Amino acid sequence: MEANIAVPTDKKETWDGGNARPFGASYGKMMMWFFILSDALTFTGFLAAYGLTRFKFIDSWPIADEVFTHVPFVHGDFPMIYVAIMTFILIFSSVTMVLAVDAGHQMKKNKVAWYMFATIIGGIIFVGSQAWEWNTFIKGSYGAVKTTEGKVLQFVKDGKQIALADFVTGPKTDAIEEHSRKNGLWFQSGETVATYSVAQVINAYNANPTIQVRTELIDLEKKQKTILSREEGSLQLAKTKMVVEGANLRANEYGNTIFADFFFFITGFHGFHVLSGIIINIIIFFNVILGTYERRGHYEMVEKVGLYWHFVDLVWVFVFTFFYLV
Amino acid sequence: MAHAHESNTKRIWIVFGILSVITLVEVYLGIIKPEALHLHGPGTSWLNWIFIILTLAKAYGIAWVFMHLEGEKKWFRRSIIWTAVFLITYLITLLLIEGGYIYDTLSPLVKW
Repeated sequence: MEANIAVPTDKKETWDGGNARPFGASYGKMMMWFFILSDALTFTGFLAAYGLTRFKFIDSWPIADEVFTHVPFVHGDFPMIYVAIMTFILIFSSVTMVLAVDAGHQMKKNKVAWYMFATIIGGIIFVGSQAWEWNTFIKGSYGAVKTTEGKVLQFVKDGKQIALADFVTGPKTDAIEEHSRKNGLWFQSGETVATYSVAQVINAYNANPTIQVRTELIDLEKKQKTILSREEGSLQLAKTKMVVEGANLRANEYGNTIFADFFFFITGFHGFHVLSGIIINIIIFFNVILGTYERRGHYEMVEKVGLYWHFVDLVWVFVFTFFYLV
Repeated sequence: MAHAHESNTKRIWIVFGILSVITLVEVYLGIIKPEALHLHGPGTSWLNWIFIILTLAKAYGIAWVFMHLEGEKKWFRRSIIWTAVFLITYLITLLLIEGGYIYDTLSPLVKW
């Protein structure tokens, strides 16, 4: 255990093997830093892979502020607002964390406990927000169709995207029903079936001359997705294979499937880090309350978990930029 | 520990203020997307350059003050930062060049 004791409390050396203290840092803190370094490289790998894939489909990648436009409890179109709020929550929890470390240096037990508590609450709000965002993303907001070539076609009216429910009317033509446990085998449920059939969507498009089809291709002059004329739209729609509502790992209404894959994977991996951070924070929080560090004579444990927590914040700063802004 | 144990509370709040202002600027630019910055720029748009630079500034603030790198021994700091900066730059450079190459090869084959 001696190697784990950060600061010599009763004149014991921190590191086994004499007086050497590499870099003047304690064993625990140094290893936390090197763990963070390796974790940073893991995240780099993911974000760089995202970059490669995005460059691969640079002319048809989904435009982030058309995807993340929702704010809880409010209706309307607010690109980026909620992600920005989430970023603030995380930065603020980083601040309460560093305040806890600061209070620890001054051996103020109650202050450390309160700041740790605030940090944990901030973390929980952040993870909750992320769960909400996933839910919104999975449910989708507009609906689209996917062609046999794997391209996603969306529908616009007067240049603004509209939902399938806004213009598709009439009965569902293909009579396919979703297998639930009630109408399928008692132990099995089937694949999700879209609310509308392909023929129904095409009929609705033909019946309504104000609707146009929008493809994934980005007009590089305006950085906007291309809107097709009515005739071209019909031609493209004739290739429709399926109706897509929301996003999952196999199809998503926002465009390229792999966009959703990366979104789930990277924000999921980050969210998992936040979750573990919260759990570690809770453990340390109870240790603070129980007076473990008071007896130990220093609060370096708070500092170490603080490093991890700041790292989670640091990663989010990059995820925020490269997923939502750039 | 290399750093002194006096209170840094004021400094922490100042850094929080700076990080918040940077985030606000980023979000504001991300929403209005001024045309002059959005559609032009070397390599990528000016707007993207601004986002990347502001992000690095934020990362610096978090690592330097919140994670207390300023208080660590010089070579400990370097063993972390230089390793990260070198490997990350290397990886990103290679993968982005490769992604651009795949696009150049692939895009003529895609019919829209």
